[in-house]
Amino acid sequence: MYEGVWVLGEERDGLIHPVSYELLAWGRDLADKLDVDLACAILGKDVRDQAQELIFGGADKVYTVNHVTLGIFRVDPYASIVAALIEKYRPEILLASATTMGRTLMPVLAAKIHTGLTADCTKLDVEPSTRLLLQTRPAIGGNVMATIKTPEHRPQMATVRPKSRKPLPRDPSRKGEIVEQHFGEEYLCSRVKRVSFEPDVTSEAPIQDADIVVAGGKGLKDGKNLDLIFKLAKALGGVVGASRPAVDQGWIPYSHQVGLSGKSVTPRLYVALGISGSAAHLAGMSSAEVIVAINKDPGANIFKVADFGIVGDLFEIAPALLEKLSQCSEKASNSNGGTKDE
Amino acid sequence: MKLLVLVKQVPATENVKMDEKTGTMVRTAMEAVINPLDLYAVEEAVRIKEESEQEVQISVLSMGPSMAADAVKEAIAMGCDKGFLISGKDFAGSDTWATAYALAKGTTTLGDFDIVLCGERATDGETGQVGPMVGSFLDFPVLTYVSGIDRISGEEIVVRRAIEGGHEVVQATMPVLVSVVKEINEPRLPTLAGKIRARRANVPVLDAEDIKAEGTKLGLGGSPTRVVKIFYPTITRTGEIVSTESASVEVCVEQLIEFLKSGEIF
Repeated sequence: MYEGVWVLGEERDGLIHPVSYELLAWGRDLADKLDVDLACAILGKDVRDQAQELIFGGADKVYTVNHVTLGIFRVDPYASIVAALIEKYRPEILLASATTMGRTLMPVLAAKIHTGLTADCTKLDVEPSTRLLLQTRPAIGGNVMATIKTPEHRPQMATVRPKSRKPLPRDPSRKGEIVEQHFGEEYLCSRVKRVSFEPDVTSEAPIQDADIVVAGGKGLKDGKNLDLIFKLAKALGGVVGASRPAVDQGWIPYSHQVGLSGKSVTPRLYVALGISGSAAHLAGMSSAEVIVAINKDPGANIFKVADFGIVGDLFEIAPALLEKLSQCSEKASNSNGGTKDE
Repeated sequence: MKLLVLVKQVPATENVKMDEKTGTMVRTAMEAVINPLDLYAVEEAVRIKEESEQEVQISVLSMGPSMAADAVKEAIAMGCDKGFLISGKDFAGSDTWATAYALAKGTTTLGDFDIVLCGERATDGETGQVGPMVGSFLDFPVLTYVSGIDRISGEEIVVRRAIEGGHEVVQATMPVLVSVVKEINEPRLPTLAGKIRARRANVPVLDAEDIKAEGTKLGLGGSPTRVVKIFYPTITRTGEIVSTESASVEVCVEQLIEFLKSGEIF
């Protein structure tokens, strides 16, 4: 008998990563519809002391596996431990975030324990008549949405696209149970060892995690004009994305590429400058909450997905926008009693 | 050293047809190419061969309808030595689990490999699940998001992984499964000689019996997941579009700022 909804929390650099709370928001809905408990399993080096936050975020139960060696995600120990927890507690549903961790761990786990896995879901629901998890995801460049079920195998597993959901408001009155789990050396060993870690020099948040993405494309004409995009991103408090042509030209590293062969992003605001909007690009950003497009071609595809568009020369519009944004922020800091937080 | 590259054939066009009954893709009667992201895995294998002091043999394995042999040949044209195709009606309708199971069985059938390489994901299904699942079935260390292979010496491999916030350098003992990302290299175009070799290459077809697969784990019947509904999202938004043809740049920008403020974005 498999019962209960589980989400797999994520610790990064010793802190609970926000995707954990997004998963709890999804899981809470499903658990309420099924009238079962929502549990969060989390592995890491400092998860024990932070477990209470996961209860405030929506969990009824938190299973912590705290060990110094679990501070870095390594697939061998994570897969062994989560497989053992599933065998012991038998949840009917297991969700993880579609981060590099979730996208590595979940397939390894699904193969190991023989169950179905649906990648990168943007919507989850329960079919009332069968209590089955309905997993909806975009496929084929976002041209098609597919709803997928796992009728017989358990748990029903899915990875969920980061930012596809806001966390629940933190509720410090929520009560729940924290259960510490201990695993021996045979579970903790790994065939893969980390030698070193080199942080990105840009010190920007990864584009998949950003609330605001300002992206540039072929319309910039030259790599040095990306400077405009960087300035706009800074003014708006966002990070820089790029279309494939801009990356292929060598103007900016691949890690900034948005689209089918790059990253999928779902920020609150996506600003596209000089991007025509190929189907492949749209696939990576059309689920952003708000899309702003600036392009000189009124027939550009990007305008079809835009909530606000300006048809015009980006080399005129971007500097004017920068100017306006700096005026706005000056006004804002003046109205705050003139204090500047610089 | 023996390398295996897993490749998939994908539709070349964006007009993909779906079977409304089974919810799977209709793979016949459309132009198809090797998955663009698999080219990076093929290229990396060929570079390993070129740079290694020992003898390296590269095999290619795919699964799909008989026309998928063309994708295998594209990899041979780039410099792989030989290719194989898992094909047959038993495999039709496989989800990622059943696909990975068959590919893992095929891999074991073909021999002992030191490195199994694959692309990050296919541009049609876009799950990115099959590679890590194959590694799991083979019980190999799974190295995903690999953006560089720093060193291969003896039984040891050192790779760089592109993960959130930076690059992680990890070390593992071969055999391993490596899935690569685009930043790892720049795939070459096949040479004329390569194309001729590919055209002449024989791509043996392996069926369920050849790979010693359990029938209950294959195809639609062996797939834990079922597509129950497909629908076409309306991506069109009814946005407000202003133009510098009809208003000044200043006015357009002001309207944009107002729009952002009204949505409490700025």
